[in-house]
Amino acid sequence: MTSASLPAEISMSHGSGGRDMGTLLDTLILPAFGAAGGGGGGNDSALLKIGGLDSDHARLAFTTDAYTVTPLQFPGGDIGTLAVNGTVNDLAVAGATPLHLSCALIIEEGFSTRLLATIIDSMARAAKAAGVSIVTGDTKVVPRGAADGLFITTSGIGIQHGEQPGPHRIKAGDKVLVSGPVGDHGAAILGARGDLLLDIPVASDCRPLHTLCAALIEQCAELRCMRDATRGGVAAVSNEFAVTAGVGITLFENHIPVRTPVRGACEILGLEPLYFANEGTLIAVVSAADADIAIDTMAQFPGGEFAAVIGDVTAIRPGTVCLSTLLGSQRVLEMPAGELLPRIC
Amino acid sequence: MSGSDTAMKWVDEFRDPALARQLLTQIATLAKPLAAARGRPLQIMEVCGGHTHAIFRFGLHQQITSDLEFVHGPGCPVCVLPMGRIDDALAIAAKPGVILTTFGDVMRVPGSGGNLLQARARGADVRMVYSPLDALALAQANPDKEVVFFAIGFETTMPATAFTLQRARGEGIANFSVVCNHITIAATVKAILDSPGTRLDGFIGPGHVCMVTGTGILQFIPQQYSLPVVISGFEPLDMLQSLLMVLQQMQRGISALENQYARVVADDGNAQAINAISDVFTLRDFFEWRGLDSIDHSGVRLSDHFAGFDAELKFELPNLSIADPKSCQCGEVLKGVIKPTACKVYGSGCTPQTPMGALMVSSEGACAAYYNYGIGRQVTESLAVEVE
Repeated sequence: MTSASLPAEISMSHGSGGRDMGTLLDTLILPAFGAAGGGGGGNDSALLKIGGLDSDHARLAFTTDAYTVTPLQFPGGDIGTLAVNGTVNDLAVAGATPLHLSCALIIEEGFSTRLLATIIDSMARAAKAAGVSIVTGDTKVVPRGAADGLFITTSGIGIQHGEQPGPHRIKAGDKVLVSGPVGDHGAAILGARGDLLLDIPVASDCRPLHTLCAALIEQCAELRCMRDATRGGVAAVSNEFAVTAGVGITLFENHIPVRTPVRGACEILGLEPLYFANEGTLIAVVSAADADIAIDTMAQFPGGEFAAVIGDVTAIRPGTVCLSTLLGSQRVLEMPAGELLPRIC
Repeated sequence: MSGSDTAMKWVDEFRDPALARQLLTQIATLAKPLAAARGRPLQIMEVCGGHTHAIFRFGLHQQITSDLEFVHGPGCPVCVLPMGRIDDALAIAAKPGVILTTFGDVMRVPGSGGNLLQARARGADVRMVYSPLDALALAQANPDKEVVFFAIGFETTMPATAFTLQRARGEGIANFSVVCNHITIAATVKAILDSPGTRLDGFIGPGHVCMVTGTGILQFIPQQYSLPVVISGFEPLDMLQSLLMVLQQMQRGISALENQYARVVADDGNAQAINAISDVFTLRDFFEWRGLDSIDHSGVRLSDHFAGFDAELKFELPNLSIADPKSCQCGEVLKGVIKPTACKVYGSGCTPQTPMGALMVSSEGACAAYYNYGIGRQVTESLAVEVE
């Protein structure tokens, strides 16, 4: 593929975590930068060997993420908690202990100082809760109209020891697990936007996952990989796993935990919770032997009472995710393509 | 939680796998002799796009006996919207001072000059709304802009547009107008039944249309064409029960209009909605459909006393008729003459990302549903084997 496969203008779908974003990365961004270093474009964090780190088995984990959300405050969090927890989680699911974060703010002229103070306070609290320090940053103010209120970019570093978890380790026979109910964040944002006039009584799952990830690494001898199911949701993560690992994945619809208000909103809007973003819920792949201990471990963390084995890794149909429906039929669960648009009827 | 502790009322009762299996067995038993007598599988058309979506979402097509085929009808309003109408929307959106609003899944429908998402990326003010009332609220909040609602849908969505226009007139909101693409289901079903090559054996009737109109609009199917029709709900058990009712009519050698969806559909429909529709809309002489050409009396426009809100009169529009690509076989798929996978361009030239034909456009379109759920692509060769 070349950048010729991109349209003349970038559209929203190039940022929504699905197929179009993959095309943008594969055809324009990654070829220019190269996949140097540890992990390439598909991973949440780069794991880098740096001379001077004292152990042969320690790597520097490095990640960055830009946060834009409308509205800036929503049930369960705000853009500040999102900006800290999201970056902490990208480090954590790579198997690293998060250490330090940077914080770059792009503020639109006229933005409320009081709201900014609230959001900065959220960031400080979230950093404290996640055991990381925000050590460097930058602040820019742009003219009214040049940004939508407030954009935040955080980068993070951490240290990863031992074997690297990653989708390349996934094998047929493994189990796919989810650490809590899916779709809460996406549904909370949809409700908070208010433009659908739908009251969706659910809070975002925005929370740090570093202690859960550390516990899974500690408890499961055969933990293959972890990923927080953010943009594109469970559907995007499981498709990425299937493609990268060259395996098939079958998910079982009736095993996937979804809160009733989230299901209700999806039924009304004709949307699929498996495509909704999560901000504190991860997908883990472990060996079949480790599935029970992994579930018991997840159960000790917030939301973990709903942790579940939701799927099997298979050798058939490599690169494809199938959903086994309530009635026992099978259908392909596609990589999300474009924006999520409600259906008309 | 899904499938475990809390059941969702009015939903989970209608998705019970054990009851579904019972119905599937009864359907298979009834269909076998009926199909044998015809020397071919029975063809039952579900008219509504919502039904098509449910069939694929729950995989009913995999569970149903091979003595019976679903034919996916014309009832996806997004799919059958002709390209020329999208070009009109693009032309309006390109005008300065306009906010163009429409339903989410219209945003991806291609016109000859791209789709509305691309127009938005180029700077047009295009916004997705869930209800036309949201568009009217936008007009009130932006008195210096002209807010245009691109209205689409069968009788199901007509009342919302009608109530909105009544309110706009009542409140004297002058900076609001509507591009009316509303269409009617009965004229279209008739056109399909009259077209050569059609060999349908019965219908699953559109529940949400009939919730508005009442059941009478489908009476012509048993009366003039001697075919059974059962108005159906949208959950798997609704649809399986409706199928069974169609087959029971066939077994008894009768053709009647029955209502499986009585918990929602009243025989006389919704009087308030019907009144609003007849106040606001007037039947057009003909309307163009993507994949089916022009069909007489199949669309409505705003009545003369709402002319001030008619965007087709307010704006100069290209109003061109743009032919579907020649290689498209949407018409034959809509009539049940061929399956989506038998179309020459299915999955190669025509995919949900770059749709050529009507039925690939929305997830409710038969071809998009086939494609998104993996039918007729490499992966599902093995998938079908596993299901057996």
